Amino acid sequence: MMRAKTSLLKSLGRTRRGLPSWSPESRVTRPGGVLLRGASILSLLLFSCFGSPAQDRNPVANDPKAAAAGESQFRANCAFCHGLGARGGGRGPDLTRPQKRHGKTDGDLFRTINDGIPGTAMPQNGTTSQGVGMTAEEIWQVVAYIRSVEKKSQSAPGGNAAHGDKIFHGAAGCSTCHMINGKGGRLGPELTNVATARSAESLVESIRYPSRRLATGLIENTKEFPQEYETVTVVTGDGQTFKGVALNEDNFSVQMMDTQQQIHLFEKDKLKSFAKTRESMMPAYDEKTLSEQDLRDLLSYLFEVSAK
Amino acid sequence: MRRVTLCVMALMASSVSAASARGQVTFERILNASEEPQNWLTYSGDYGGRRFSALDQINKDNVKNLAPRWVYQTGALGKFETTPLVVDGVLYGTAQDNRAFALDARTGRPIWQYQYIYPSDVRMCCGRVNRGFAILGDKVFLGTLDAHVIALDAKTGSVVWDVTAVDYRKGYSFTLAPLAVKNMIVVGISGGEYGIRGFIDAYDADTGERKWRFYTTPGPGEPGHETWAGDSWKIGGSAAWITGVYDKETNQLLWTTGNPAPSNRRVQREGDNLYSNCLLALDADTGKLNWHFQYTKHDEHDWDSTQIPVMMDLDGRKLIGHANRNGYFYLIDRTNGKLVLSKPFANTTWSDTKDAEGRPIARTDSSPTLEGTKVCPGAAGSTNWMSPTFDPQTRLFYVTAREQCDIFSTAPEVNEEGHAYYGSAYFPASDAEPYWGALRAIDPLTGEPKWEFNHVSPSWSGVLSTAGGLVFSGDSEGNFIALDAATGKVQWHFQMGGAVYAAPMAYAVDGREYVAIAAGSALFVFMLP
Repeated sequence: MMRAKTSLLKSLGRTRRGLPSWSPESRVTRPGGVLLRGASILSLLLFSCFGSPAQDRNPVANDPKAAAAGESQFRANCAFCHGLGARGGGRGPDLTRPQKRHGKTDGDLFRTINDGIPGTAMPQNGTTSQGVGMTAEEIWQVVAYIRSVEKKSQSAPGGNAAHGDKIFHGAAGCSTCHMINGKGGRLGPELTNVATARSAESLVESIRYPSRRLATGLIENTKEFPQEYETVTVVTGDGQTFKGVALNEDNFSVQMMDTQQQIHLFEKDKLKSFAKTRESMMPAYDEKTLSEQDLRDLLSYLFEVSAK
Repeated sequence: MRRVTLCVMALMASSVSAASARGQVTFERILNASEEPQNWLTYSGDYGGRRFSALDQINKDNVKNLAPRWVYQTGALGKFETTPLVVDGVLYGTAQDNRAFALDARTGRPIWQYQYIYPSDVRMCCGRVNRGFAILGDKVFLGTLDAHVIALDAKTGSVVWDVTAVDYRKGYSFTLAPLAVKNMIVVGISGGEYGIRGFIDAYDADTGERKWRFYTTPGPGEPGHETWAGDSWKIGGSAAWITGVYDKETNQLLWTTGNPAPSNRRVQREGDNLYSNCLLALDADTGKLNWHFQYTKHDEHDWDSTQIPVMMDLDGRKLIGHANRNGYFYLIDRTNGKLVLSKPFANTTWSDTKDAEGRPIARTDSSPTLEGTKVCPGAAGSTNWMSPTFDPQTRLFYVTAREQCDIFSTAPEVNEEGHAYYGSAYFPASDAEPYWGALRAIDPLTGEPKWEFNHVSPSWSGVLSTAGGLVFSGDSEGNFIALDAATGKVQWHFQMGGAVYAAPMAYAVDGREYVAIAAGSALFVFMLP
């Protein structure tokens, strides 16, 4: 269909001096589908960061048909990271747990899905090549689905958290490499909130078989996948050998932390050799080094810490 | 020395056009784009889709001195996928969020900027992206996220005409750079994830009047209709979201199409599903189909064939080279659509036999199941929409490849207008298996690899080749890289601070060569000091 020039279309025109500014008009979908216009980008951003007074109630709450539709959306858009059944994957938290790190209400969940979580791998709705952009209605269906698979209570591992604390900071030596609440080492991931981001099953896997899935490290803007804690060994031009984890890497440089927890920054073409493996630096804790009971206690400690 | 001659010619052409009045971009100029290498007149640089620049001022000997000259910030978020056009010192680009701009190509200073205001509920599978303008006469042409085609005055950015191709609320959109041919603006639709019916349209460049439409799923009574079960053709996807090429000798548009919808589910669309995953030869004046070649019959892995088909004249043969998302490189006779060669250029597990024509045929056990089937390549493919290049000097074809396998599973899905219509889900095959990528040089006559340059993680960057003996490409870590076209050895690199989702191009103003690429939310332009 032909359409005449319309007022919807707006050229920003030329300015003789300075950089022409973008139109202040912008449109952002809020949970209630409200269209905000005439606001500056900054205030829109502030809005999304601190919540909006718009609708927080899920219009399809407790509707089994909506939850079923939401499951289909979830498979296409979310399961890549959050796993089938929302039970958590290597990259995304287990969403069947009642405790949610980024807000508990239906409106919070909507905002998390629509706006993403800056600084994490959780993208804005429709900006990735994983899955399609969802409409507001479809996001509410996903929220209904998540509620339908949520467990009623925190499935705590049922161990002795105080003993787990001792294991973490003592016998098992976890704190040599991992930090909790500002105490501990730096070679491995910081773990204060790990139990809200990962399921108990995936934590057990990481402890028993640390190389099976490497932990997610640095997230870079618009890069498809985050850096992971790969093991690197370098030999410098003057013959020194360093082994540790890659903090980041590209074709030309590597930023690493060695086992002494020192940071090294190398240009690859100045190295004698550079080797990388998908083996974790973390030792595997089998049942001989960490009994089932001690493992439960350790998990209880991690759950207790992250619940605070 | 051929290189020196070319360089001198380019510099002369450049100074002549800079002195003359800023001429209009005619169809003849685009046909003869190689005669004015200082300009970049269409998405792939020429009608052949080669993305080759005859400029050679920046070459293997001096590229180590290449340095950023200016940077233009779009101020928009999301993937910045444009290939800018350059005409007589003015650079025209589109950005994320349907923004657009015209800049002084020497300094990056804006002449005009444009923001298309679109409805908030556009259906975009993969971000609010756009890949660039077409230019013809005194207008530039843009396809929008809500499926409009818009002509802007090239001098002011004012809207000249605006037509609605189709109702965006059903899942339709435009993301590609249009192709200007004769007095027409040709566009292919996006939206293969939404149960749409794909099409390619041509519009009168002066008025916006639609001249023809070719539906990529045939209706009742049309040849190919029988390749769709029941009414599945009505929502069979087969979008056409990458710019095609134009062969003036046969007056044919050669245009590729995407996957059938739903992407991974056999039961809803038994049959070959023509013209999904095809190379189509359309009469440019009428849009009538002359012939087709289907790369993947009844695709179940979301392997759109929307890669740029590259015209190559080799050993007296008129060919199309096409590195497909399914992992095979295809060489096709572009006079009749007959397959000459098919050969994997990446790790593939889905086929171990070929049909009588030489086309790889899918193994039955590669079909997605409810529990999931591991197949290589994964859903993102062995390559995707990133532009390859053909360098007539090395006679090599260069493509960004990806090595990743996925688990493909089915999911029952009912089509609802304007809603996602996947019928599928996919996951990385194993978390312990790293994904990686490479820039690969292929001999198009044999399909044999010549060299490869590995990327730490898969890259979404296109590739440019130049008469300076170089290929340029980017990576997901934010590097812009120049390599020796003959050997693949790195000659130069620069860290831009944002991942590349675009293809490089080259131009010249006042006798100085520039190379440009979009990264992060900025356009970076480089030149020699």
